[in-house]
Amino acid sequence: MARPGVVIEPYQRLKLTQVERIHRASLEILTDPGIICFNRTAAELFADHGAEVTATGREEAPTWQLKIPERLVNEAIGSCPKTVKLGARNQDNCLVLDGAEARVHFASGSEANKWLEVDVETFVSKRDPSRETELAVFREEKGTAGRLAQAARLCERLDSWDSFLRTVNIQDEDINRDNKDVNKFFVALNNTTKHVMSGLTEITKLKSVVRMARIIAGGEDEFQKNPILSFITCVVKSPLQLVDDTTQKAIEIARLGIPLVISSSPQGGSTAPIKEEGMVAQINAEILTGITLTQMVNKGAPVLYGSVPVRTRMDNLYDSYGVPEFSQYNVDCIQMARHYGLPCYSTAGVSDVAIPSIQAAVERLFSHILVTLAGAHYVHYAFGLLERTNVFCPVQAVLDDVHIDMVKRFVRQPEVSEASITDCLTQVRKVMTTSHKLYVRFVRHALRSGGITPPYPFESKGMTDETLVLARQRLEKLLSLPAPHLGQDIIDRIFKEVPGLLPRLRNL
Amino acid sequence: MTQEDIINLIKENVIQGRVTQDDEGLDEGMVGKPGVTELIDEALAAGIEVKDIIAKGLSAGMEIVGDKFSSGEFFIPDMLASAEAVGAAMEKLEPHLAKSGIKAKGKILIATVKGDLHDIGKNIVSILLRGAGYTVKDLGNDIEPQTIVAAVREEKPQFLGLSALLTSTMTSMQDTIEALKESGLRDGVKVIIGGAPVSEEFAKSIGADGYGSDGFQAVETVESLAAG
Repeated sequence: MARPGVVIEPYQRLKLTQVERIHRASLEILTDPGIICFNRTAAELFADHGAEVTATGREEAPTWQLKIPERLVNEAIGSCPKTVKLGARNQDNCLVLDGAEARVHFASGSEANKWLEVDVETFVSKRDPSRETELAVFREEKGTAGRLAQAARLCERLDSWDSFLRTVNIQDEDINRDNKDVNKFFVALNNTTKHVMSGLTEITKLKSVVRMARIIAGGEDEFQKNPILSFITCVVKSPLQLVDDTTQKAIEIARLGIPLVISSSPQGGSTAPIKEEGMVAQINAEILTGITLTQMVNKGAPVLYGSVPVRTRMDNLYDSYGVPEFSQYNVDCIQMARHYGLPCYSTAGVSDVAIPSIQAAVERLFSHILVTLAGAHYVHYAFGLLERTNVFCPVQAVLDDVHIDMVKRFVRQPEVSEASITDCLTQVRKVMTTSHKLYVRFVRHALRSGGITPPYPFESKGMTDETLVLARQRLEKLLSLPAPHLGQDIIDRIFKEVPGLLPRLRNL
Repeated sequence: MTQEDIINLIKENVIQGRVTQDDEGLDEGMVGKPGVTELIDEALAAGIEVKDIIAKGLSAGMEIVGDKFSSGEFFIPDMLASAEAVGAAMEKLEPHLAKSGIKAKGKILIATVKGDLHDIGKNIVSILLRGAGYTVKDLGNDIEPQTIVAAVREEKPQFLGLSALLTSTMTSMQDTIEALKESGLRDGVKVIIGGAPVSEEFAKSIGADGYGSDGFQAVETVESLAAG
């Protein structure tokens, strides 16, 4: 069994001729101007496989100019698995991402430094002191291991949240570069039975993280069959530069055959052309470079086409996730991935504003609807992110869960069959024989099968907006439920065999 | 089948909201089995006392439906389906009430007022009132005040329900009440109004006796006025 996601009939923003022209433009970019590479191993690999590689940097800071031929890219696309399984502690929670099928799943993302708490306070009207109202107020905290655990537990309880991609950067005093990876993966895996994905802080810790994953999965073969965790690497710094550190991580992870997202996140208007076709041609070239690298390392290594294109804000040059262009870029990238038959890791649901609000709802719903309609396989950033991706707010994640459920209901294909039409005609005829002419009695089965969208659960009843107050109540209820911790024997083994784990996080 | 079996089936079919054997009900595989109306015929043929059919079958079933609604297990469509079943049953039993010594709960005339064609609200209220055991005579929609006055004179109901959806037609409610006064019938009938644009304040301002913000409140208002 796998999580069902939602299967859609994809919205095609680009015509096929446009997709093909953009693909050719990407190939042209890969040979002229080509890619700047800061990683020696990658440069050697590209050279060994027939790319034109020219050393360009100084001896103390070597760089290479890569001109990647079309043949190499085509071979890589050909050898990538078209279906990638992302496993899970509970195998019913695994995700099967099939490049040929538009089945959409939703995940969190970012590694936000800030965690936003929503408190409820009572305010008294100055004009009428007898009038009191409860309103949400906000409090910024820093990301910690404890809060990462809370987010993972929330992921476990929210139906729309299919996979846990680390939400906050853990900044506890006893966390450092050396122990961050093992502790963040342990905390996440100990608090959700869904698939866990994250970046790697230190490549030297890959072995320890994989050791932990194999213990939890039940062995090396079991982990291969059920990869309960996967990695993201942003190998490219836009425009068109292979970064030394992340490229090395991609090489090591691909070697092990663990699912890997090759992501790129150019800013339209600053690190990529602002025009849609230019942005997409460049990001596509960047992602194809990373994918080609993984296939040279290990033919058949499972990869996801990771597109995170954003637009530059012209007032401060920050990323903007709320503008329509953000959705246009992402929808186009999903089409490019589908053109290659590769599973797509895409982006939606972020807002530029810093607090849950009307602006936040509008901005995130805009991209959620469009990116879902486009048929991305793994939509990351979908839960709780505010102030671009700097803040994770669990109350916002609770709201996102409901909103994504509504989006899923909206995009679901209707089932029109002879039997369903006959049933409807019977209803029409029957109702027209009654005096009241009402169809309500026929609603009852659909009500119970979940076929009818329930009322908005955070609807305000009075003249004050209670949405956040009610969402916070739901959050508290969900977090009061027991955590799905690993068995004590597994935890004992992990703490014995994996170095760097903090004992205080054992039962977090 | 024993008399007790038939009564239990009536109760069960009220809960299932099945008027006739063609209705699907809530559980699977119900289509083709007798609904409330067929079971009433069976009960009468078997000589079951009308008061037992009402008390142990219809009312007992409706009580369970009410409990399930209160607990959140049932939804408004379930209540309406069950009320429709009870209403259909009461219609069948009506000719037998007098000879069984059962006093009818009350008669209600109901109409959507002049100029207004919207009748969904009125229809829902009718179903719920029938389900609650009242005799409901539905005059239809876009009904002239004088037509309503004539019906009140003829039917002599205890209650008159007036419905409107439009702000432009709600004034016809006042015209209808005025027409009742002019004809000398106003004191003999309690007037209850409802519909999206009207309010309790509006009801008071036009001299109505009661107001229902939805179908359930309409039934409560009628019950409360009936109790005096």
